[in-house]
Amino acid sequence: MSNMLEVADLGHTYGDYEAIGGLTFDVRAGELVCVVGPSGCGKSTLLRTISGLIKPTRGDVRLNGSHLAVVFQDYQRSLFPWLTVQGNVEFPLRSLPRAERRKRAAEALEWVGLTAAARKRPWQLSGGMQQRVAIARALAFRPALLLMDEPFASVDAQTRFELEDLLLRVRREHDTTVLVVTHDIDESVYLGDRILVLSSSPARLVANLEVPLPAERDQVTTRTADGFVALRSKVARLLNVGKPSMDVEKWAAAERESLSETVSSS
Amino acid sequence: MNKFLQRWAVFAGLVAVWEALGLLADDPFFPPPSEIAVAAWEWWVLEPENLTDHVLPSIGRLLAAWAIASVIGVALGLLLGRSDRAMEYANPLLVFLRSIPPPALVPVFLLLFKVGTSMQVATIVFGVIWPVLLNSVDGARSVDVTKVDTSAVFQIRRAQWVFGVVLPAASPKIFAGLRVSLSLSLVLMVISELVAADNGIGWQLMQAQRDFDYTRMWAGVVLLGVLGYGLNTALLAVERRALAWQPRSRDEQHA
Repeated sequence: MSNMLEVADLGHTYGDYEAIGGLTFDVRAGELVCVVGPSGCGKSTLLRTISGLIKPTRGDVRLNGSHLAVVFQDYQRSLFPWLTVQGNVEFPLRSLPRAERRKRAAEALEWVGLTAAARKRPWQLSGGMQQRVAIARALAFRPALLLMDEPFASVDAQTRFELEDLLLRVRREHDTTVLVVTHDIDESVYLGDRILVLSSSPARLVANLEVPLPAERDQVTTRTADGFVALRSKVARLLNVGKPSMDVEKWAAAERESLSETVSSS
Repeated sequence: MNKFLQRWAVFAGLVAVWEALGLLADDPFFPPPSEIAVAAWEWWVLEPENLTDHVLPSIGRLLAAWAIASVIGVALGLLLGRSDRAMEYANPLLVFLRSIPPPALVPVFLLLFKVGTSMQVATIVFGVIWPVLLNSVDGARSVDVTKVDTSAVFQIRRAQWVFGVVLPAASPKIFAGLRVSLSLSLVLMVISELVAADNGIGWQLMQAQRDFDYTRMWAGVVLLGVLGYGLNTALLAVERRALAWQPRSRDEQHA
């Protein structure tokens, strides 16, 4: 299988601050890879260097194709309120002839189940629907790689499950290569074929884990499967390894204190 | 309809009071509205050459100057607003030029253009360009980062970036500037015509006053008021259509 994305020794520093330090990984065609790391570990820098929004200070990003698309976390800001839903989906396609543009937009809206909302403005839709518009827009662009930045972090839990399943269905039906950057361990295990675990800043690759779950996933059965639980714990341990966070120590201290209090009062 | 009556009740009441006081006082300086209306009718409707030689040229100059200022102001404003470097260089100059009271430049423009349309248009353009320009700068700066990133990722062309992203994002601010500029255009049109002109509403106003025809003088004042009201209403209607895409809640904040 060919690689859609090859990242070699990618590093970026802002002044003295090293955000990411030497990342090397590939994403194969048709694969869904999740990048998971502690908050503030340089995930957004990684995303911005891969998408070409900033030039990395060192290393190399090679995309097997002319362009990628990004779905940002903040759909309200990334969609254009002066365009209709259809207009938003056609936004990346302006260089195409009108008929072709229409066709692709209608197609993409159908994939995400928003055909009926084509003429509405994004702000007339719910948050989940708005993010579906953003996904449709990215898919209509036919990117070599679909890059997603915490795509479901701004919607409620129910909608989040729906969107996760929508992503899995769409990428299976259309053989899309996807890289999801997230801080949510459960999400990364549920969505991913493979998980890249990053350390906190500077971001380094801690582990590259295949997800041993069947391609067909289900919100209830998958999340309770042994493989899921085991992998989730493994990723959680990896994220805490090497650098126990302040909070963990604080919680431990608080727990000891409350225990001793209960003991002394009884 | 009820709301319409309510809105105009105070206005109509004041006109009625003026009418009554005017009739009672019988003061030549303050003719009652009915006489002013008759004078206006005679002046501009019964003698249409007054309309074509004075009123229409005035409106023409006002609209032409406002259009020129708007185009230059928006274009320059968007350019400066998207370039911090350019704005750093231009800012002191802009602040200085904007501080000059436009009527002070009437003598300068008189020297440059002589009495006539170009001098008046130059005066208006110089005076009204600032609200458009500065609001456009502000608007262009307010394009949020995610939209900038989105545009970059989708590799859109320059024309789409300017007309499809920056211009619409800046349009609420631009319209605010256009409205200020339009009412300022009327002010400067009158000033330029009062000081140096051989036709126009302002010139007619001045003539009427010099001929001791105070009713016609008042008719000129009323005409300017009507003109200002009409222009603003028209622009508001255009704005409402152009900015119909704005989320409702924000619309209410504007109201």
